[in-house]
Amino acid sequence: MTSSPQPPAPGSSGSGPSADQIAIAPPADHGAGKLSLLQQIALLRAWLFLAALILGFEIWARADFGGTFLFNPFNVQSIAIFAVVPLLLAAGQTFVIISAGIDLSLGFIMGLAAVVAAHTVNWAGGFMSPPMAVVMGVCAAIAVATIPGLINGLLVARLKVPPFIGTLGMFGVCRGAAFLLANGTTVPVRNSALSAIGNGRFMNVPYIVIIAVVFVLILHYLLSQTRFGQHNYAIGANEQAARRAGIDVKGHLTKLYVLSAVCAGLAGFLYTARFSAGAAQAGEPLLLDSVAAVVIGGASLFGGSGTILGTVAGALVIAVIQYGLVFLNVKPFWQFISVGVVIIISVLIDQAQRNYGGGRQSE
Amino acid sequence: MSEPLLEVRHLSKNFGAVQALQDVSLAVAPGEVVALAGDNGAGKTTLIKAISGVYRPSSGEILLKGQPVDFGSPQEAREQGIETIYQDLALADNLSIGANIFLGREPMRRAFGFLPVLDRRKMAEAAKETMALLDFHVNRMEAPVSNFSGGQRQAVAIGRAVYWNAQILIMDEPTAALGVPEQRKVISLIHQLKAQGRGVIFISHNLQDIFAVSDRIVVLRRGVAAGERRIAETTHDEVVKLMVGG
Ligand SMILES: Nc1ncnc2c1ncn2[C@@H]1O[C@H](COP(=O)(O)OP(=O)(O)OP(=O)(O)O)[C@@H](O)[C@H]1O
Ligand SMILES: [Mg+2]
Repeated sequence: MTSSPQPPAPGSSGSGPSADQIAIAPPADHGAGKLSLLQQIALLRAWLFLAALILGFEIWARADFGGTFLFNPFNVQSIAIFAVVPLLLAAGQTFVIISAGIDLSLGFIMGLAAVVAAHTVNWAGGFMSPPMAVVMGVCAAIAVATIPGLINGLLVARLKVPPFIGTLGMFGVCRGAAFLLANGTTVPVRNSALSAIGNGRFMNVPYIVIIAVVFVLILHYLLSQTRFGQHNYAIGANEQAARRAGIDVKGHLTKLYVLSAVCAGLAGFLYTARFSAGAAQAGEPLLLDSVAAVVIGGASLFGGSGTILGTVAGALVIAVIQYGLVFLNVKPFWQFISVGVVIIISVLIDQAQRNYGGGRQSE
Repeated sequence: MSEPLLEVRHLSKNFGAVQALQDVSLAVAPGEVVALAGDNGAGKTTLIKAISGVYRPSSGEILLKGQPVDFGSPQEAREQGIETIYQDLALADNLSIGANIFLGREPMRRAFGFLPVLDRRKMAEAAKETMALLDFHVNRMEAPVSNFSGGQRQAVAIGRAVYWNAQILIMDEPTAALGVPEQRKVISLIHQLKAQGRGVIFISHNLQDIFAVSDRIVVLRRGVAAGERRIAETTHDEVVKLMVGG
């Protein structure tokens, strides 16, 4: 599947998982939230796919040079760190895609937030303790992200601009603003507290991974257990029905785009923490990865379905492919091809399943 | 006949130069089913939209239990117990029956004593009871409503109205998109609503259905009331004559 000459290609077993792959997959139980059968299958499929992929890389690594892929703690840690920023964007994107929208501006909202975080930490560090300056940096990153988020929301909800176009506009605005603020280069930060967050560990788990996990769990709760999440699914499936049921659709959509922008803002801050520098183009390649992660995670671009836990699997699939191919010394360009193929296959499997096992399509 | 639940008096509605309704009157008593019939463009949909708060009448008045009302939106009409079931049913297909019944008014509970979460059990139980009330027995309460047939989905839409205690249900061609067995099911649903003492107004082009379930029929023709008959005292032929005129 990764177009590798090597037998057994990672993920080639995606169509028929064997018993031990099922055993590695995490349990299909996901909290108290009840998902429809189709969603459960989509979620399980994403995790099975991840397990199969890891198994494939493990076999490949052993066959190729007798080493291990998965049981190397350095690899696990690197993949986790590598996945953090794309995962945050993808988590925000999940909400938007379930509502039958899309947010193309997330990558540059993240870049803008990264640059603003860097400037703010530097500036505040001039007269504050390093940790306080970092707090200022987080607040500034998130605050600046809410501005394009709010504009996206108003464009989509009030002015009825299609999400694709409205957020494309903000993509350009944020891109320009970020490069202007960064003066066309990266903005280095000198702050001991910031690099401690970006590179420190608690019991061998990087802080930024812990921050991302906590944040993503909150988003999972929001989507699966609250009215906001429930209304998001309803709007994605049938906006008119949601409106007739008395849901404030405009208000919801406005909040939704602010939420996805806040995810990008946090992602931008974590990027700056990790590299001790802010860069306008930090999120540029990650936008499409975020959409890919959501789709691999079982969401439909037509809206109405998707889960945060599926998106986590999707983001990990992409991170494992990208990191794994580097680890195995495959030319980096194969990453693009592999991720592209995985996206297409995920969608094909999803469609086949909907047609085959999706129950009756009413009218 | 007991005091009417709903009374429409001399209602007119025009869209610019188009006179969609002119001086139409109508009454619905508790436990009464009134059929609205008429040719295409006769004004049936316009009439129910005026009743359910979608359109403001150009003139005339609407009384609910004897009190004049003036709805600014369908929400206001719903709050007063008038629920409209549109032909497209307005269901979120990806959600369960319970989630659809409670859409926009979801019950919450506290997990671990503090964390507010959706009370899915309550939704499922209420859905089960409501559907049983309509003589629909579903055991797959978690399944999205897209898995159900047209008649079952109609029952979900009606169930939502019943759960929220609608006193008057208005249905625009509830049987139009259904096969014959499903049409029967919807007719029996209307019988249930009648037995529960609710008022029903339904639009239909199908005289069979109208004669099977309604107490009275009101025929519209080009925006005016062409006639009103008790079902027990009329025939298909007479109704058709009223519809086409002459
Ligand atoms: N929003 C509107 N603007 C202008 N004219 C309208 C509007 N709604 C309805 N009309 C006109 O009012 C008249 C009555 O329409 P209405 O939809 O009430 O008919 P109907 O009896 O429901 O017909 P059908 O059986 O085809 O559903 C028609 O001439 C229609 O063109
Ligand atoms: Mg009509």
